[in-house]
Amino acid sequence: MSRWRTASGGRIDRTRALAFRFDGVRYEGLAGDTLASALLANGVHLVGRSFKYHRPRGIVTAGAEEPSALVAVRRDGARETPNLRATQVELYEGLDALSQNRWPSLARDVGRINDWLSPLFPAGFYYKTFMWPKSAWKSVYEPVIRRAAGLGVAPTEPDPDRYAQCYAHCDVLVVGAGPAGLAAALAAADQGARVMICDEQSEFGGSLLADRHATIDGASAAAWVARAVADLAAHPRVVCLTRTTAFGYFPHNLIGLAERLTDHLDAPAPQAARERLWQVRARSVVLATGAVERPLVFPGNDRPGVMLAGAARTYLNRYGVRVGDRVVLVTATDAGYQAAIDLRDAGVAVVGIADLRPTVSGELPAAARAAGIEVTESATVLGTSGNRRVAGITIARTTSAGTGGDRRTLACDAVLMSGGFTPSVHLFSQSRGKLRWSDDHQAFLPDRSAERERSAGACRGATDLAAAIADGLEAGAESAPTRTAAARRITARSPRSADRGYLGAVPLASDASQKSFVDWQHDVTIKDLAIATREGFRSIEHVKRFTTMGMATDQGKTSNLNALAIVARAIDAPIPSVGLTTFRMPYTPTTFGAFAGPSRGDLFDPVRRTPIHAWAAAAGAVFEDVGMWKRARYFPERGEDMHAAVARECRAVRSACGLFDASTLGKIEVVGPGAAEFLERLYVNSWANLGVGRCRYGILCREDGFIYDDGVIARLAADRFHVTTTTGGAPRVLAMMEDYRQTEWPDLEVWLTSTTEQWAVIAVQGPDAREVLRGCVEGIDLDAAALPHMSVAAARICGIEGLVMRVSFSGELGYELNVPADHGLGVWKAVHAAGAAHGITCYGTETMHVLRAEKGYIIVGQDTDGTVTPDDAGLSWAVGRKKPDFVGRRSLQRQSMQAPDRKQLVGLRPRDGRTLLDEGAQVAERPDQRPPMRLVGHVTSSYQSAVLGVPIALAMVAGGRARLGQTLYIPMPGGDVEVEVVSPVFYDPKGERINA
Amino acid sequence: MMKIPCPHCGVRDENEFQCGGTAHLARPALDASDREWGEYLYFRDNPKGSHRERWRHAYGCGRWFNVVRDTLTHEISAVYPITETPAR
Repeated sequence: MSRWRTASGGRIDRTRALAFRFDGVRYEGLAGDTLASALLANGVHLVGRSFKYHRPRGIVTAGAEEPSALVAVRRDGARETPNLRATQVELYEGLDALSQNRWPSLARDVGRINDWLSPLFPAGFYYKTFMWPKSAWKSVYEPVIRRAAGLGVAPTEPDPDRYAQCYAHCDVLVVGAGPAGLAAALAAADQGARVMICDEQSEFGGSLLADRHATIDGASAAAWVARAVADLAAHPRVVCLTRTTAFGYFPHNLIGLAERLTDHLDAPAPQAARERLWQVRARSVVLATGAVERPLVFPGNDRPGVMLAGAARTYLNRYGVRVGDRVVLVTATDAGYQAAIDLRDAGVAVVGIADLRPTVSGELPAAARAAGIEVTESATVLGTSGNRRVAGITIARTTSAGTGGDRRTLACDAVLMSGGFTPSVHLFSQSRGKLRWSDDHQAFLPDRSAERERSAGACRGATDLAAAIADGLEAGAESAPTRTAAARRITARSPRSADRGYLGAVPLASDASQKSFVDWQHDVTIKDLAIATREGFRSIEHVKRFTTMGMATDQGKTSNLNALAIVARAIDAPIPSVGLTTFRMPYTPTTFGAFAGPSRGDLFDPVRRTPIHAWAAAAGAVFEDVGMWKRARYFPERGEDMHAAVARECRAVRSACGLFDASTLGKIEVVGPGAAEFLERLYVNSWANLGVGRCRYGILCREDGFIYDDGVIARLAADRFHVTTTTGGAPRVLAMMEDYRQTEWPDLEVWLTSTTEQWAVIAVQGPDAREVLRGCVEGIDLDAAALPHMSVAAARICGIEGLVMRVSFSGELGYELNVPADHGLGVWKAVHAAGAAHGITCYGTETMHVLRAEKGYIIVGQDTDGTVTPDDAGLSWAVGRKKPDFVGRRSLQRQSMQAPDRKQLVGLRPRDGRTLLDEGAQVAERPDQRPPMRLVGHVTSSYQSAVLGVPIALAMVAGGRARLGQTLYIPMPGGDVEVEVVSPVFYDPKGERINA
Repeated sequence: MMKIPCPHCGVRDENEFQCGGTAHLARPALDASDREWGEYLYFRDNPKGSHRERWRHAYGCGRWFNVVRDTLTHEISAVYPITETPAR
């Protein structure tokens, strides 16, 4: 047994030794230890290097508020978790932990030079230093800063663990299972409420787990906790969650809980989930989150071995670990004395107590004095000594002259500090409850709740045990939906301590040469805060951002109030007027895995596949993602690359016949007596005059007059329209239609139904299309006179009832066969077989893009960008001029929307006939310009045209239609490319082929 | 995440709904001035406190309705039909 482990007591299992490693060195701990308690039991205090100055750092606390002892825990290459608080890592056999922020080793770290150079980088250093030369940013400053910044290293392999998620509802959720939380849960359960109670620790009990003196209902604290936990566990309406952090408080009493399921096990089952994310909707919430002890801000307060008094007491009473052989207590509270007394009882030499308060009385100080411990009143600390662990502390008495008298240096190997207690109001503050400053408590306390919530116990200032329990009982009973049972009573007694504590730097700290740390994790000292106030910062929010105080992973749990007090004193303002920074979720860092849950890999996002997908895949198609859809991009034959496949597919459509799966087109059926009027008001086109059996290309604008979507609309009956939308646009078009239908025009009798998934759409395009379909389509005449371009007819298609639409997005004679989705694959196969004699060729979206670009047909979202009007896109012919109104009309009337220098759709042809332009490239009027260049447009689409044998492009160019024939220049990586402005219709400008 | 009382389906989680922004914006007639039209299109109040806004139960009944919500506390104090215009 190590010499720092006590012979008996505590909640560890002395029969179960656990081997673990820290920085590769083997140590032994006990079941029930945390990594922190096990290291301390081995006399290890140096556990890390600080963020900025690389100073040696130790363990400051015993809980979630730990600002200093951050370590990485490694299970394997993919399972290495950085920045874990050693105080919360439960020990298991074989645990492998690593210190952080040191090189080459924790004991000899070259970054320590930053500490000696610290006068060179005060607060705001980064903002002021790396200003010039500008070119050094990318090459020097940023890489160096990035390497120096950040703590810990994230694993590079994918996370192999599973994470579960669940939802729960309850009447009362109790956060925190210390004395107040346990009392609240018991009281709520007594009233028949459905209760959930959670605590971040491995067992319930909170502060009682380290309390040797309190008695509750006549029993010891430990015995009472055991009984309370057993009562709750046996209760059918109570759910108890240990190792569960309430990390976020969201509107309407939704609380996020992260339950750690396997991190404490040496060999988790391979299928077991590592964590479970709970989303709990609670009728009422009781926050019993306790309070954290504040460090004192004195010179040299960050040496390993300097820790909170309450933490030392916890290590002793809960884990059976003495934090040193000779300790000094620096305190401004009575509670600190309890730690000194307990340590002395355990055989530790208490060398002295320095109390900042001018006069000290009370139960606990009296007991300390009675035990022969020397107490110095009106004390302050002038500095500490020791390299990798504290070895001495110099204390003095503050005199009325403002100097230190009776200066004495005490040799010690641990310093305990107790600056008072800061209520944990993080969740209350997240819930948007209002805090108020209490002079009595020297703390911010919950005032007005924003939710159905109440705080109980130490988090609302009730630090006395009996008061905390009474408060918890009241909170629990009050939060239950009904109050029928008699109120439970619990009597408790513990030594009284009246603790306002101390805020800010200790007297004379600013005169010392040693640094006085406020924020351990971000290395913020009182000097940094002084600089911030000298620079003129007054609000704590600004001071925080300038100094990074409280911005580390601990969000300043131990530092915020001290910083606030220091700033308030510096600018001579009361603390509440300096403000309090906003607490954000999560309370402690929460894994991304918990949030992602099962939504990864195949389950990350739904995948939509057309009925023809499997056939296309078997035919060797290469797919692309279009929204959630998988679409066949091209169908390469043996040895072909995309370029070759697309060229072959394009030639086939232009010369014979192509087959294309257009099932992803969005489809909405608009039905009812008001259907025509509805479309009349919504789309820019006229619809009243569209005959039954006819189709029209429709454009949908937003109220701002810019193109939102487009598609062919077929009139199937006087009161029935088949509206098609872009592949990605269907949901938002339907949503927009519903919005207008319900909110603007409730007078219209019209119904909207999404039919995207009901129809498979098979496009048959090319000069031979009609001949191919003659054998497939029954019941209608396919001749041009009977079924001209832009018409629609119901027919039997390969034996299936469907719609034949004569439409074309390729510029060729074309048909789109609409059949019920279940028959899509069968019809596809039959048409493919029927077309074999004509050399029918399957083509994908890439060829579709080339063919439409050759015809100057836009793709919404590629050639348009949300600032393009119908006229800009060359589509003013589609706008119904005689209509009284339509969505976007008023905007299109604005003068600026008709300005001649707006960007307009044009075609571009490279003068050299060879160079393929980059999509997104800029368009310039003059060559060889230097930045800042005058640019007049941009390339929106660019392809190699197989049928023309040259590259072609579409572009939006200012005043483009007036520039036909002009030469413009496209700056590209290889130099300017000279292009001619041409009509966007490159192929068959008269439209003879489409009407064939 | 808020709980929103859909007048047709009952109380549901916020992620079933789509927010449609400020309610009771009257779409001006075609002869409105450019300024009036521009304000309708682009200018919105951003009140701290009570706000009348449109919500749609997108993953439920699909219907739009009006909500009075406190932008600070998220408290929903009233829900009423989309066609109803309250007295100011």
